[in-house]
Amino acid sequence: MTGNSKFHHGDPKGAVQPIIEMKNIEKHFGRVIALAGVSFDVKPGECHCLLGDNGAGKSTFIKTMSGVHQPTAGEIFFEGKPMHFDDPRDAISAGIATVHQHLAMIPLMSVSRNFFMGNEPTRKVAGISFFDKKRADEVTMEEMRKMGINLRGPDQAVGTLSGGERQTVAIARAVHFGAKILILDEPTSALGVRQTSNVLATIDRVRKQGIGVVFISHNVRHALAVGDRFTVLNRGQTLGTAARGEISPEELQDLMAGGQELAQLEGSLGGTV
Amino acid sequence: MSNATQPTAKPDERVKEISAFRNALIRPELGGIVGTVAVFTFFLLFAFDSGMFNSQGIMNWSVVSAQFMIIAVGACLLMIAGEFDLSVGSMIGFAGMMIAIFSVTYGWPVWAAIIVTFVLCTAIGALNGWIVIRTGLPSFIVTLAFLFILRGFTIFLPQVIERKTIIGGILDVAEGDWLAPVFGGTIFKGLFVWLGEAGLIATFERGTKQGQPVVDGIPMLIIWAIALIIFGHVLLTKTKFGNWIFAAGGDAEAARNSGVPVNRVKILMFMFTAFCATVFAVCQVMEFGSAGADRGLLKEFEAIIAVVIGGALLTGGYGSVLGAALGALIFGVVQQGLFFAGVESSLFRVFLGVILLGAVILNTYIRRIITGER
Repeated sequence: MTGNSKFHHGDPKGAVQPIIEMKNIEKHFGRVIALAGVSFDVKPGECHCLLGDNGAGKSTFIKTMSGVHQPTAGEIFFEGKPMHFDDPRDAISAGIATVHQHLAMIPLMSVSRNFFMGNEPTRKVAGISFFDKKRADEVTMEEMRKMGINLRGPDQAVGTLSGGERQTVAIARAVHFGAKILILDEPTSALGVRQTSNVLATIDRVRKQGIGVVFISHNVRHALAVGDRFTVLNRGQTLGTAARGEISPEELQDLMAGGQELAQLEGSLGGTV
Repeated sequence: MSNATQPTAKPDERVKEISAFRNALIRPELGGIVGTVAVFTFFLLFAFDSGMFNSQGIMNWSVVSAQFMIIAVGACLLMIAGEFDLSVGSMIGFAGMMIAIFSVTYGWPVWAAIIVTFVLCTAIGALNGWIVIRTGLPSFIVTLAFLFILRGFTIFLPQVIERKTIIGGILDVAEGDWLAPVFGGTIFKGLFVWLGEAGLIATFERGTKQGQPVVDGIPMLIIWAIALIIFGHVLLTKTKFGNWIFAAGGDAEAARNSGVPVNRVKILMFMFTAFCATVFAVCQVMEFGSAGADRGLLKEFEAIIAVVIGGALLTGGYGSVLGAALGALIFGVVQQGLFFAGVESSLFRVFLGVILLGAVILNTYIRRIITGER
């Protein structure tokens, strides 16, 4: 710990029960200790930002949360009950949806076919079940309208959408299929300014529906724009959790970089990093 | 933050409206439709008097086209699922030889020989798929290996068992069999007799068959082709599984992340391709009455060319069964049409190369329109 009094583990006033609570998660890959005791929780309707520099363990941690990795040690509570995810399918059916950095979208396919990929609605005709394209198209158009994206039509290929719109489609899809927790892995890292604000607005909209959002980023500005709480990871450990308004961008930046080196760098660059 | 963007989006002023014409261009079948119209126009103008468009002529190129269609449907679905099968031609030879060996040499009933061959060949298709999935090798290499393995067995087995490379006499043993006519028979014979009597189609003018129509019915080969096209088209565009085929070929990793059973889809498509090759082989064996070790040579490439003319992308994730069927039709009409028109048959290969190149260039252009990339 840094001794910074603004940091504390968890929220002392924690009246609302978290959807997911992960305590002292450790993950070892052979001799490499990727996570050395990380604690993290997400409450309904909040956006909890997970910050950290490259190699801090962000990806390993969210993979543990989404069932890809099983923790070496530590406990996971889902809606108050101890939980163990054997594989991603377990986590998905419990309501943990991940929107990957590498999007689960296929550019050549239409928006509506992408939206329902793996969860196609069907309609029985003479005992044979067919893909219910009409329903899929209607739902897709409706959900996209709610997210503020005006499609030319449900048959428009995903390849014609911008990066931000693709993120939004992926988020809308996760929400539509009943996600309780939405994990967004660096959703803004490859986007321009305007597209980034679109995605951040989408996050805000999702949060208002009572879904817990985990927003992974190494961009402090983006995190501060929507985050309710901020947890910083460094070298496989949580440096602490701070609530909105309790911490300044400079302090977050310092924590992410491990303090020292960046302070020097910042000095030479005139405080522009 | 939420007021950074308008919650109700208005149409983006920087996206041009797409005209209906340009929209119509974005169809995988476009190349196939254009090609079909062009090819028929050409032969109607230059080979109309050659007999290409009387009942016999039509039957002639229809049968050849139907053969291409049968293997093109399988190759098309597999290509959309993101894989190739180069062993189709060898599979045709192998399947035909197995039927001949089982029924003629071993004296099994023909129906049993056909069923066992279907099981054996789809199992080999599954093996192809399983190796591709398990090793992660390109299907190009794995099925190239099977091209040689199956062709080798097709030449080796009859030599060891019968001391020859062609096994005949299948029609004799198929006499009275219930399953053989499903592949080798003709239907709607009554209709054709009636058409002949009504003077609408040609009839024999003398000999023992005097008065009977020259074309006596629709061969089952054509029925199989139509049935497979309808099945493939409905499967691809109207079912959940069809969406999985597109997804598996478009981006296997993204599809897996969304819960699509990509491995199962791909293996099933390898099996379906093998099934189509076996249908082709059984029809051919029942037509010729024999199985030869060189049957089906180069068919894998012809199937792939028909599929590509039909608008499918070699990289997977995009294509159409109807397009592939049109590609096969173009193929059959040109191959037989050049013969009717009295053109040197070697020019057919020149045509093939040219049309393949044209189709691929057109497809690349269409894909750019769809994905908006430059």
